[in-house]
Amino acid sequence: MLCDICHKNEAVIHITEIVNDEAKELHVCHQCAEAESIKMQQNFGIAELLSGMVEFPALVKKEKTLRCHTCGMTYNDFRKIGKLGCSDCYAAFRNVLLPLLKSIHGSTHHTGKEPLKVTPIPQAEEKDSVVSRQPQKVKLPNKANRIAELRIRLKKAIGAEEYEQAAILRDRIHALEKA
Amino acid sequence: MKLDNLLKQTGEWLKGTGPNSGIVISSRIRLARNIKGFSFFDWSDDASKQKIKKICEDRITSLNLMKKSLYVEIDKITPIDRQFLLERHLVSKEHLHNTALKSVFISDKEIISIMINEEDHLRIQVMQSGLNLEGCWDILERLNKDLEKSLDFSYSEEMGYLTACPTNVGTGMRASAMLHLPAIVMTRQIRGVVEAISKLGLTVRGLFGEGTQARGNFFQVSNQFTLGHTEEAIINSLQKVIKQLISQEENSRKFLMAKKKEILEDKVARAYATLKSAHIISSEETLELLSLLRLGIDIKIIKDIDNSVLNELFVIIQPAHLQKIKNKQLSSADRDTERAKLIRDRLRR
Repeated sequence: MLCDICHKNEAVIHITEIVNDEAKELHVCHQCAEAESIKMQQNFGIAELLSGMVEFPALVKKEKTLRCHTCGMTYNDFRKIGKLGCSDCYAAFRNVLLPLLKSIHGSTHHTGKEPLKVTPIPQAEEKDSVVSRQPQKVKLPNKANRIAELRIRLKKAIGAEEYEQAAILRDRIHALEKA
Repeated sequence: MKLDNLLKQTGEWLKGTGPNSGIVISSRIRLARNIKGFSFFDWSDDASKQKIKKICEDRITSLNLMKKSLYVEIDKITPIDRQFLLERHLVSKEHLHNTALKSVFISDKEIISIMINEEDHLRIQVMQSGLNLEGCWDILERLNKDLEKSLDFSYSEEMGYLTACPTNVGTGMRASAMLHLPAIVMTRQIRGVVEAISKLGLTVRGLFGEGTQARGNFFQVSNQFTLGHTEEAIINSLQKVIKQLISQEENSRKFLMAKKKEILEDKVARAYATLKSAHIISSEETLELLSLLRLGIDIKIIKDIDNSVLNELFVIIQPAHLQKIKNKQLSSADRDTERAKLIRDRLRR
């Protein structure tokens, strides 16, 4: 049987999806399954099924090569040891850590105490500059500053299509505005 | 203070004086903290472990609350002394692995212990007798604030205090209480209780926390989540659950006294008699029997001993304590004999 998508390769994955009480069958090849799944990552349904059935070389490779530029720990090291190498690992592995934090704590956001002085830690997108970054001490931001900072991060998150993160930031801004 | 001085005293948290101290033996809260700019302990080289040790120790010695504290370098003491600190809940199991460049500060009444170079650079722990989580938190907040004046902790606005293990990130706080729940166990409700607690984001463990079995009807209940809730909210919800457990245990005790009085009195009397007359006794059996005796004291079947005697016995019947008291290494068989002798002695006083 040929793949329903490219009509070239042999279909190796067969999926039956029930839509409005109607069974819909889909037969796809390995390559198309991978491409299709990445495309549909945001949706549930077939994409979820696919991601459970195929090991995606592209995704796995990306995770495996994740490295913290500060301490040199790779994501693979972390998976073996179960502990992170340094505090910058949280930024370097942020995207893979967030789902893990969600499953451990039911949340990905700190709402507790803050230190007396806060030195901002670099976000994932700035990780290349981590090495050269000089630690700088800043005063505890007041409410207006914090809201302004959160708004910038919200914009960035929307730009990067990180909607889950954006929703969290939006909620934090609302909470701060109310407080 | 010297390590051997601990042997002559009973830790403040074992005095049996705090609120609900019949059912709640002790309360404990610990914070995990790391120093900014250094790798976490397990991923560090010796030079940076050494630096962390120096930085932390310098700050801790200058703390008012730690003025008369005992300072111990874990690799400089004997294996028995290490076990001795663990039995007193002053260090964690983790702290006794790869002991090089690890140390601990213990405050004079054993209320505060600060471990350096554990899994995290700092593990700050406060213990109190009975159900007194607020009391623990008051002291801990003060300590944390004092330390933050001179130490820059790893922190991110998004994920909070950053820790070696993602299970501690956020508040870095683990609060727990040690409960004695014999009636809930006898009335076979314990499994349901444990399941219900797990669903509330709390964890039930044995006497020595992570990876230990519940023995002698003693259970440690602690928060599982450290991220996404404030410290106060975590402590409050734990406190609420503990209060429910207390009332469930009390009700179960009333039920047993009303419906199974003879059986209960028989069990308690036999436990007491065995403890007073045994010549060989293992620590497992001792814990089971002390648990029954404790229940007997709480529900006033036994009137001639005090809970503080029992609290002390709970600690000193443990292997390292016995060997420290006898001042020599004892085989397992020898310990069982010495343990029985010590218990007979204390209960006859």
